[in-house]
Amino acid sequence: MSQATAVSPEATVSVRDLQKSYGPVEAVRGIAFEIRAGECFGLLGPNGAGKTTTIEILEGLIAPTAGAVVVLGRRWGRDDREIRERLGVCLQQTVFSDKLEVGETVALFRSLYREGRRRDDVIAEVGLAEKARARVGTLSGGQKQRLAVACALVGDPELLFLDEPTTGLDPQSRRQVWDIVNGFKERGRTVLLTTHYMDEAEKLCDRIAVIDHGRIIAEGTPRELVRSLGGDHVVEIAVEEDGRGPLGPEVLQDLPAVRSVHAEAGHLLLSVTEPHLAIRGLFERLEQGGRSLRSLTTRHASLEDVFVSLTGRRLRDE
Amino acid sequence: MSDSARLRAFSALCLARLREVYREPEVVFWSFVFPILLSVGLGLAFRNRPPESSPVAVVEGPGAVEVAAALEHASLLKARALPRAEAEQALRLGRVDVVVVPGDPPSPTRVEYRLDPSRPEAILARSRVDDALQRAAGRQDPLTSREVAVSEPGGRYIDFLIPGIIGMNLMSGGMWGMGFNLVDMRIKRLLKRLLATPLRRADFLGSHMAVRVGFTGIEVGFLLAFGRWAFGLPVRGSLFGVLLMAVLGALCFAGLGLLVASRATKIETVTGLMNVVMMPMFICSGTFFSADRFPDALQPLIRALPLTALNDGLRAVILEGASLASQSGRILVLVLWGGLSFAVGLRLFRWN
Repeated sequence: MSQATAVSPEATVSVRDLQKSYGPVEAVRGIAFEIRAGECFGLLGPNGAGKTTTIEILEGLIAPTAGAVVVLGRRWGRDDREIRERLGVCLQQTVFSDKLEVGETVALFRSLYREGRRRDDVIAEVGLAEKARARVGTLSGGQKQRLAVACALVGDPELLFLDEPTTGLDPQSRRQVWDIVNGFKERGRTVLLTTHYMDEAEKLCDRIAVIDHGRIIAEGTPRELVRSLGGDHVVEIAVEEDGRGPLGPEVLQDLPAVRSVHAEAGHLLLSVTEPHLAIRGLFERLEQGGRSLRSLTTRHASLEDVFVSLTGRRLRDE
Repeated sequence: MSDSARLRAFSALCLARLREVYREPEVVFWSFVFPILLSVGLGLAFRNRPPESSPVAVVEGPGAVEVAAALEHASLLKARALPRAEAEQALRLGRVDVVVVPGDPPSPTRVEYRLDPSRPEAILARSRVDDALQRAAGRQDPLTSREVAVSEPGGRYIDFLIPGIIGMNLMSGGMWGMGFNLVDMRIKRLLKRLLATPLRRADFLGSHMAVRVGFTGIEVGFLLAFGRWAFGLPVRGSLFGVLLMAVLGALCFAGLGLLVASRATKIETVTGLMNVVMMPMFICSGTFFSADRFPDALQPLIRALPLTALNDGLRAVILEGASLASQSGRILVLVLWGGLSFAVGLRLFRWN
């Protein structure tokens, strides 16, 4: 079994000016990014942003309308089988045959690759050793997802594509999937994942592209993106309704330690470098204006705040 | 990919498909139990019976007693005397095949037969009645004849039926086995997942066909053995010839199943399409009754249907012991249907 050798210095995936239209609908409108060998790259965005279309183009399952894609130094349409030998793929939802056992399913996928890992090793790695003889139809949602990851890993890929790997899973199953992905990364392999969970992106990804309406609207490490807000902390307030209408963000813009202010659904979100300075100033300003607070919370800034500050919407509008 | 790796992938796909099939209890029912129930049921309903008597009515009136007496002793006739109106009524309702109106006293040597000449039973009854009355009136037959009853395996309805059921089973097995399963895999996005591996598309579809053909041997052997054991079905041709004919049929319908399943993204769509394709063949292709019963103008069309070719070919090889060479026309029909639909289906095939 090849414990495949890692990392070439050049980009593992390179995407330029990628576009995809379905009739009049433009799902992807000019996306470009590079994924370096050995890193975990995340496409973070709300449902319908174009994440799945993008990843399926990179997987060679959909043809782009325009743009250039290089995967593992090769192009789709010329070296398809060569790329697929080195690629592990986990689609958004795949329902494996209920009638087959877990071990049989993984063995089937192993047989489709020239080289790969031992079936039992992979099953143990995803924590399904006890279920190896169980029919797929009897597995829970989290176990089925781990089986999907096992099928993606059994060909010993250099590059792993995961499309929303934990959507709909319970917290424990999500953590199990994260551990598997981290284990894969630790062996020096490259990962591309899509998600609309900011905590998932923060936990797993070395770099993130925030994607909305088919375009990349921000890119960087999770830290860089949060820093781009101007402050590591967020103060979220709501004022009492007193007939004077909502408080405008501009009223608080110039407070000490406040970097930016956004209005969102009756709340104001203040990006703040030092909360204690900002909150003192905030109280004074509200008192001068004769407004009283209904609520105030503070927290560390997250990728969710980045998305809100860029789009005025939340990642998951429900 | 080296050939050995490719072969390994192909056999793993076959094995997985085989497991799916035999772990599905419905498959066992439709492939084995259902055709047997069908042949037993139809075999009983249409078993060869001793000849039946013809029911006839004699209109009451002058001369009726003599006529009734003449018919009473004739074989295979059941005569009863009825008033004119009732006799006509019984004829209309099909309770009697012929109404005999005896001649009036001035001319006792004249009788009238009332019947519907489009009914074969009526013609038979008329001829029996006429015979009996002529003999009673003194006719002498110049020829003496003797009757020997012959009912030989090969010419009975059940002998006609079993090859037809084998053909029908090959059709529905091929269509459902390919069509339903492929659309199901498309809906579950398993096709797309397999496309993301180095697997060759033709190998994947080929593995499905291979398993289908493998099952053919078991199905056909089982039905033939059952027919032989339960009904004494004669197998006059070579077993190899029968099997080859069946395998060609299975491949042909697997190709049609692939074509039908090539685009559908809903089970309802593929089920409807399969019914549209199969229903005309169920009716026209001579499974339960001979396709000769359809008008001559339709015959070239019916002969060009794959199930007709398969049924006729199976019957020729099984019942008449025909050689495969003599069936080359039918084999060509199967190969053309199967080959063309496989080629077109592969072109149209939607993986996601």
